[in-house]
Amino acid sequence: MAKRIDVSGLTAYYGNHKAIDDISMTVEPRSVTAFIGPSGCGKSTFLRTLNRMHEVTPGGRVEGKVMLDDENLYGAGVDPVAVRRTVGMVFQRPNPFPTMSIYDNVAAGLRLNGTKKKRDLDAVVEKSLRGANLWNEVKDRLNKPGAGLSGGQQQRLCIARAIAVEPQVLLMDEPCSALDPISTLAIEDLIGELKEQFTIVIVTHNMQQAARVSDRTAFFNLAHVGESGRLIEIDDTERIFSNPSVQATEDYISGRFG
Amino acid sequence: MSAVTQDAPTSPQLHAVLTHRRLPRWAPFGIAVGAVALGAAIGLGAGLTSHVQWGLIALVLFVIGTYAITARVEGRRQARDRVATSLVWACFVVAVIPLYSLVETTIADGLKVLNTDFLTHSMGGIIPTEAGGGVYHAIIGTLEQVGLASVIAVPIGMLTAIYLVEYGRGKLAQVVTFFVDVMTGIPSIVSGLFILSFWIIILGFGYSGFAGSLALAILMVPVVVRSTEEMLKLVPNELRESALALGVPKWRTILRVVLPTSIGGILTGVMLAVARIAGETAPVLLLVFGNQLINNNPFSGAQSSLPFYVFEQYSLGNQYAYDRAWAAALVLIAFVMILNLVARGIARWKAPKTTGR
Repeated sequence: MAKRIDVSGLTAYYGNHKAIDDISMTVEPRSVTAFIGPSGCGKSTFLRTLNRMHEVTPGGRVEGKVMLDDENLYGAGVDPVAVRRTVGMVFQRPNPFPTMSIYDNVAAGLRLNGTKKKRDLDAVVEKSLRGANLWNEVKDRLNKPGAGLSGGQQQRLCIARAIAVEPQVLLMDEPCSALDPISTLAIEDLIGELKEQFTIVIVTHNMQQAARVSDRTAFFNLAHVGESGRLIEIDDTERIFSNPSVQATEDYISGRFG
Repeated sequence: MSAVTQDAPTSPQLHAVLTHRRLPRWAPFGIAVGAVALGAAIGLGAGLTSHVQWGLIALVLFVIGTYAITARVEGRRQARDRVATSLVWACFVVAVIPLYSLVETTIADGLKVLNTDFLTHSMGGIIPTEAGGGVYHAIIGTLEQVGLASVIAVPIGMLTAIYLVEYGRGKLAQVVTFFVDVMTGIPSIVSGLFILSFWIIILGFGYSGFAGSLALAILMVPVVVRSTEEMLKLVPNELRESALALGVPKWRTILRVVLPTSIGGILTGVMLAVARIAGETAPVLLLVFGNQLINNNPFSGAQSSLPFYVFEQYSLGNQYAYDRAWAAALVLIAFVMILNLVARGIARWKAPKTTGR
């Protein structure tokens, strides 16, 4: 079920500002690809173009192609809502729906899309919570508010919510930056398990994390503040962290930049 | 580490820097009592008859006294702090006294004739200069007119607010916002005149509760729009995005995530709007005409309403009518207050829950 993503010549704008310029890359199925780079270099923007969340921002628009296997996500007649069901997303800050219980949060994606049968929902909720390594912690309080969980649990709840709609690809925008090291470890373990089923793309500021969890790493950079971000290089994680082909990558990874 | 575990003796200089003389905790209260006593004494001595003047003297003495005493004992910085606190307290008292006086007068005068008979009878067959009669017809009128106005204004207002917050971009949204702002400032008599000329004179409908509701709805819409808009803006954008990222269409995101998250605040805003129009007299005067009898049909014939009833009884100018006016005012205040309490209850019940309890 996991799919390959093929991006070619992708440029994204916020109004008149060109946020990322002419990015091409391939994301392999059943693997973890990490995006690293300084703040404002367009990693998150690029990630959001992969499930058409970029255009939710007022003034956001995109040129270029994103192929999911054989389908261009920006082709004529493609429904952004359907794209987002296929390419799920987990955000930086844990954000369970505050009015819903743990159960309802996980079921939200299905329920809001029309699945109503209690038995189907029960099965999906349990499967997703198990998939997110949260089942044992919450199985006795499924109807308690999701916002009552700890930060790390909330983030795993959000991951359960995202995988409940059975996407092909899972995008994660700095999923651990608001969490403590133990919760981070739990999420990283989870990412390792999830890549058996999903194609995973993760944005992170933590280079050790990129080195730990990802198979391939892409380095983004921008020439000056206010200019558009570019993809500098993408390669196997091991190679990026040991012997990158571009000097800028080595400088960034070893802490010599500017 | 050792410095923490041992009881290190602090040097006397440091002790002097870190501590200073404090007024006892009852000091503000004591100063207040003293100021009031002194204010009363000065008032009596100077032969001032108005208790308002006594109170003002006491307030000024309280603020000055606080500064002088604190500055002597605790120092200038603490004195300024305490003066700010005492000013806030003084403003609080100044604001609460009229409210207390208003509620007390209304209750004391209103309870004279308020009983079940008063609530369940109209003014039919009552001679205005004698005792008896009731507000039943006015309660029916207020409930129906306010209810109809809400049925018209709440959907329009909420949908406008949803448009402005969730969809509105560019010119149209600016124009809508501008007109909502303008509508907020419409005096109630003007909205009454508009409906009078449009609905009754041009279209030729007669006086009715519904005509009043139309004017009340005009007053209510901007209040509902404004409050709903503010509440929707409080919903974090991340919630919208995470729902959209699950592949939920935008309209469903708004209906199932955004509105439930903000429903408590929206309901409170709606109730405040209801409370505002429940006390409007001018449109009712022009459009509903007033009635001594029970008219259950808001769509035809004159009705009464609580504020109109108060106005009408007060203009009669005899003691029995005054009593009826006060009792009706009490009923109106109670009605608005009950609505507010219900809204608060709903808001608390619907508010996003964070605890696991």
